[in-house]
Amino acid sequence: MSAAVEKVQAQFPDEIVEIYEFRGDTTIIIKPEKIVEICTLLRDDRETSFRYLSSVAAVDYLPASPRFAVVYHLYSHRYKNRVALKAFLEDDAYPSIHSVVPVWSAANWHERECYDLMGIQFRGHPDLRRILTPAECEAYFPLRKEIPVRGL
Amino acid sequence: MGLEEHLGNNVLTTTLEKLVDWGRKNSLWPCTFGLACCAIEMIVTAANRFDIARFGMEAFRASPRQADLMIVAGTVTKKMVPAVVRIYEQMTEPKWVIAMGACASSGGIFDSYAVVQGIDLYLPVDVYVPGCPPRPEGLLYGILKLHEQILKDPFLTKQYRERVQARQEAA
Repeated sequence: MSAAVEKVQAQFPDEIVEIYEFRGDTTIIIKPEKIVEICTLLRDDRETSFRYLSSVAAVDYLPASPRFAVVYHLYSHRYKNRVALKAFLEDDAYPSIHSVVPVWSAANWHERECYDLMGIQFRGHPDLRRILTPAECEAYFPLRKEIPVRGL
Repeated sequence: MGLEEHLGNNVLTTTLEKLVDWGRKNSLWPCTFGLACCAIEMIVTAANRFDIARFGMEAFRASPRQADLMIVAGTVTKKMVPAVVRIYEQMTEPKWVIAMGACASSGGIFDSYAVVQGIDLYLPVDVYVPGCPPRPEGLLYGILKLHEQILKDPFLTKQYRERVQARQEAA
């Protein structure tokens, strides 16, 4: 088990839903409420030192519920290893999670992309508006499963 | 050398329309502007192996105001459409459009929320060149087809007919 898993297990035992490993990559499924605290821990602790956020992505598990999940891929330049954090969002109609921009400023555009394509609301994001689709784009989120591939 | 060798000291009769069409056909200047992989084939068409200069087209103009042919080379995304239409509008009359490749003609494989399903939804296309991407020979063939079209362009006769018709209607 990686240092990241031990740290999160020690500090936030109630937040962990599941931990699994696939071909050497660790994924920690957590509850969405304390995402900022967990991310800050993983970034600042010298034994994990995940100072680089490689991506923030959203997944649509329609027709399952909870429907949306947000995935954070972290990388540590010091230990040259990765970890993925995944949080399922309770509200299927208005999915939202706290923004991690205060932790990594790289999250800014990643979260805007997530909002643009999947409609995830990031609470506390400094500038949450569309980033990829044209400005005059209709108010829908094109990567959601119920939207046809061709758009509306 | 050239035309006077064939003509000698003779008089040539033709119509102004044919002369102008011939001139337009032989100095078609494309706009320098590519959107995706088709642009690479367009560049090759301009390079020495295929040599678009044979048709009086070697001058790819960087300014739309000096160009009269727009080769829409590649996938047009919905975000790119305003720019493409604007370049077309900046070109001076007369102007022609070639939709190069499957994407510009019909959206191609990108049946998606982000891609325009054929640039003919926004611009009047004269020639469609199929292929993904079309080889330079394909583009040249399309350009030659456009040349045929321009040679037959009845822009003056059409104006004359319209004026006659208007006069008759007024009378």
